[in-house]
Amino acid sequence: MRVKVLSRNPDDYVRETKLDLQRVPRNYDPALHPFEVPREYVRALNATKLERVFAKPFLGSLDGHRDGVNCMAKHPKSLSTVLSGACDGEVKIWNLTKRQCIRTIQAHEGFVRGICARFCGTSFFTVGDDKTVKQWKMESPEYGEEEPIHTILGKTVYTGIDHHWKEAVFATCGQQVDIWDEQRTSPMCSLTWGFDSISSVKFNPIETYLLGSCASDRNIVLYDMRKSTPLKKVILNMRTNTLCWNPMEAFIFTAANEDYNLYTFDMRFLESPVMVHMDHVSAVLDVDYSPTGKEFVSASFDKSIRIFPVDKGHSREVYHTKRMQHVITVKWTSDSKYILCGSDEMNIRLWKANASEKLGVLAPREKAAMNYNQKLKEKFQYHPKIRRIAQHRHLPKSIFCQIKEQRIMREARRRKELNRRKHSKPGSVPLVSERKKHIVAVVK
Amino acid sequence: EEGERRHRRLLEAISSLSGRKRRRLAERTEASAQVSEFNVSTKGAGEKLVLSELLQPIRPKSALSGVKKELTRVKQKAAVELPLSKEEAKRVVREAAYVTTSKDVGKWQQVVLQNRRAEQLVFPLKQDIATVVPLEQAVSAWKARTPLEQEIFGLLHKTKQPITDPLLMPEEAASLQAMSLEEARQRRAELQKARVVQSYYEAKARREKKIKSKKYHRMLKKSRRRKALKEFELLQKSDPEAALARLEELEQLRMQERMSLKHQNKGKWACSRAIIAKYDLEARKAMQEQLAKNKELMQKVRVELPEEKPDDVPEEDLMSVTIPTIPMGTSRANPWLLGKPSSPAKEPEAQEGQGDVLEPGAAESKEEMEEEEEEEMSEEEALLQDFAQKRHVRQQRAGSPEGPGADATEAVSEPLGDIPVPPVCAEAEASTGIEPSAGIEPPAGAQEGVLLWQQLGRARTMEDVEALASEEHVEEPVATGAETGARQPVATGAETGARQPVATGEGGIDQRGVITEAFAGDDVVADFRREKHKAEQDAKPQPVNLVLPGWGEWGGSGLKPSTRKIKRFLLKPSPAPPRKDQHLPHVIMSEKRNIYAAAHQVSELPFPFERHQQFEQSIRAPVGATWNTQRAFQKLTAPRVITRSGHIIQPISAEDIPTAARPALEPVPGQGAQRGWRRGRMGL
Repeated sequence: MRVKVLSRNPDDYVRETKLDLQRVPRNYDPALHPFEVPREYVRALNATKLERVFAKPFLGSLDGHRDGVNCMAKHPKSLSTVLSGACDGEVKIWNLTKRQCIRTIQAHEGFVRGICARFCGTSFFTVGDDKTVKQWKMESPEYGEEEPIHTILGKTVYTGIDHHWKEAVFATCGQQVDIWDEQRTSPMCSLTWGFDSISSVKFNPIETYLLGSCASDRNIVLYDMRKSTPLKKVILNMRTNTLCWNPMEAFIFTAANEDYNLYTFDMRFLESPVMVHMDHVSAVLDVDYSPTGKEFVSASFDKSIRIFPVDKGHSREVYHTKRMQHVITVKWTSDSKYILCGSDEMNIRLWKANASEKLGVLAPREKAAMNYNQKLKEKFQYHPKIRRIAQHRHLPKSIFCQIKEQRIMREARRRKELNRRKHSKPGSVPLVSERKKHIVAVVK
Repeated sequence: EEGERRHRRLLEAISSLSGRKRRRLAERTEASAQVSEFNVSTKGAGEKLVLSELLQPIRPKSALSGVKKELTRVKQKAAVELPLSKEEAKRVVREAAYVTTSKDVGKWQQVVLQNRRAEQLVFPLKQDIATVVPLEQAVSAWKARTPLEQEIFGLLHKTKQPITDPLLMPEEAASLQAMSLEEARQRRAELQKARVVQSYYEAKARREKKIKSKKYHRMLKKSRRRKALKEFELLQKSDPEAALARLEELEQLRMQERMSLKHQNKGKWACSRAIIAKYDLEARKAMQEQLAKNKELMQKVRVELPEEKPDDVPEEDLMSVTIPTIPMGTSRANPWLLGKPSSPAKEPEAQEGQGDVLEPGAAESKEEMEEEEEEEMSEEEALLQDFAQKRHVRQQRAGSPEGPGADATEAVSEPLGDIPVPPVCAEAEASTGIEPSAGIEPPAGAQEGVLLWQQLGRARTMEDVEALASEEHVEEPVATGAETGARQPVATGAETGARQPVATGEGGIDQRGVITEAFAGDDVVADFRREKHKAEQDAKPQPVNLVLPGWGEWGGSGLKPSTRKIKRFLLKPSPAPPRKDQHLPHVIMSEKRNIYAAAHQVSELPFPFERHQQFEQSIRAPVGATWNTQRAFQKLTAPRVITRSGHIIQPISAEDIPTAARPALEPVPGQGAQRGWRRGRMGL
């Protein structure tokens, strides 16, 4: 006699180990899961709120400098090492994981104007107000005084320095842009165009023969090292303090300007910037790209730093603390997770690039939940309630008032222009786009 | 001066009188001692001093002629231009350098765009792929050291086993080197796909071949034939030459068929069939089929020239012209329909599609067929066709004024007798939701409409108008007959159709005519009314049907729940409060907006979206795991940028780019960074 019984394959319901999740047979019939949009909306709202709850970007400060921090440099090979130069001529090397200073050098008399590490990470260069360029070893000597490897005495003050990304060549700026071979004591080539002092020079990280510089006569000049000639000059309304090349897009660079704005240019089309980034309420002093090339961070005289997406006109994030003064220099670390800023009141601060990110290892489920929340926030970002929460930031009173004031001023200017256009002959007051407004001329 | 000249002439005349020619001293007009700007003589001022003349000796000398020639030659050559100023020279260099550099940088464009558009970017870009070291490389690095190893090696050597030799054939090695891992993967994937597709087709063919049903095969063949025919027709339309070539091919086939003995009831199967055919109907049928096929194949295909039938077209057009369209009820109320210039060719059908205002009954079945087809067409198509046909008619008329007119009258005379009474207008209007009061006196409205319509569209001259009026008078008694509500416009339309060429020949289309023609199809007012009606209907609360068949009685197919039950369970809603736009005929007020929900809703279309449907769609599709499978959920929520903590992200370089995009980035010889840089340094 044959007895028939119900039988199931144990593989369908038995876990392999007890650590596995229980198998739950799911029915995906949409009729059983109604109200998908409202439910996801609520989830998105919660995710946005949680993001704001967990937004604690400040990680710590590195104190030890005895004067304002004037410049910083990343170590090209080690994520945990950062170099900083202060206004009293002191250079410090920091260990970020321990948040300790590991070395202090009295490098210059007067300001340390610029600092940059060699591409291999074995040495670094500093320039100072004492008209010298000094090369230092990255490792501290076993005994005795700190001595530079090389010292170059110049005729004029150098205001900035940057190292080539692949070769033993560096560039300094001051009255002109000098390109030096590391082995020589005189510059291989001096590039000049105009007679004003140049505040910053930067090598292009991708097409490494390209240089960009900005001078105090309000212009940005591009150079080609191969042909040892300047290429083009664009004159803006106000002075540009620094510029930074996009590490993923060879022809894109962003300039930090005195008129509170940042301008992203395509070097092939300098007639108008690709994007004008506005949000700061005082001069922008420094800018640095995220190594992913999707965002950049800017430091401003208004005692705050802001993070801008490259393709957006307004910032996605603003960081400030009560004690942070005018931020002079800012760097985005090479793993694109942290931001460092050095400010007037002698501190270097370490921030998370993503304010509400959870540090440390994430479990797979946590990761999935994070991704889902991120997606939901993205999906519902245009809904007014969600946008209000996501965009809400606390600001110091000074910045808040200044923003309001500037909004009023901008509105007044706009209205005036509108009125002028309305009451004059058609075509006599042309419409000038915001991008074109800040460019004075392009000089060939 | 005049006096002086005369005096000189006089002196000369006197001297000539004396007979002997006096040698006159050359007068020196330029004072050498005191040169004053006030008495510079003007003699010879117009002439130019030529350099070669200065060299000219008193008597020509051969020695100097060479120099003279040289001088003239030198003069012909253009002078060397001044060198550019330093500034300008630098500028030229800069410009040239900028152009080449921006071109150099521009080669990244593709990569940059690709990265910007990428769904997901994983940093660092340079991912280490675990590469397997080939065996021979590992082996070659290793050497025998211990005595045992050496012994074994000795044995191997004796038997001439390959030890350090590559185990691969040279070709294989070359192919391995030639192909990178990624390429190989790609290629394998392609091959796999091709194989799969092939096997799929094979399986399909086998499956189809296995089907025993004759009917199926017959159908298949037939469908194939039909498809071929359709294709051929299409080809004939689009590319007549190719069609001809195709036809020739068919001819070839036919010839082959004629030569061969296929389908001629000579085969084995056919013979057997022939025997059975006497008794079996099926077999007989099959045989007949084969014979028919043979005949068909043998038949010579006549080449039909793609001739249009020029004679038919105007007739048709004028037929349609003769049927005027005066929406009787609406014509007065609707200003858009007043200025209708000429009845477009297929207007009646289009009008019917809109709201069955006027129904010219079609007697002949052919006409009916046409109408059915037309009704299927969308309004826009009809409109377009109208325009095209109108244009066509105009051209035709301009070409031959008399011909089509005569045709038209003929064409008209036929349908005149056939056209039955048009249905009552009020009925049609009730269906479209137009107020019945507008259609109370259709005949008068129609007449007015006709007059207006003709005046605007057709009659341009005084004579025309007069003639028209007289015709009107002539026909009025006929028109007043009980039946011919619609006949009258038909007749007048025909008349004007005949008269048309004169009118169009004299003056062009005036501005108003153009506008009315452009908006011929749209009846905005009626559209709005319809829209409002629809909105009203939609806003009305619907009855709720709670009838459950089978409760308290028998249920099943063909059984209906009892009326009592329906009456009980069909819940009628209480009537909605009166609409706010009840007394506003030109306004639709929507009361759908919920202000409590609006606070949570997006009021403006966000930037990257172009249409609100796109945005709605993006919101509608859920991404959560509740509504998607695990795999889909992972895919939907994949982050845009992935970075690994503790890994340094280097700037992009040419090596990071996959091989497919790389060729564009390879530096052109002579322009590479390295070489160019060296050159620059040497230049210093």
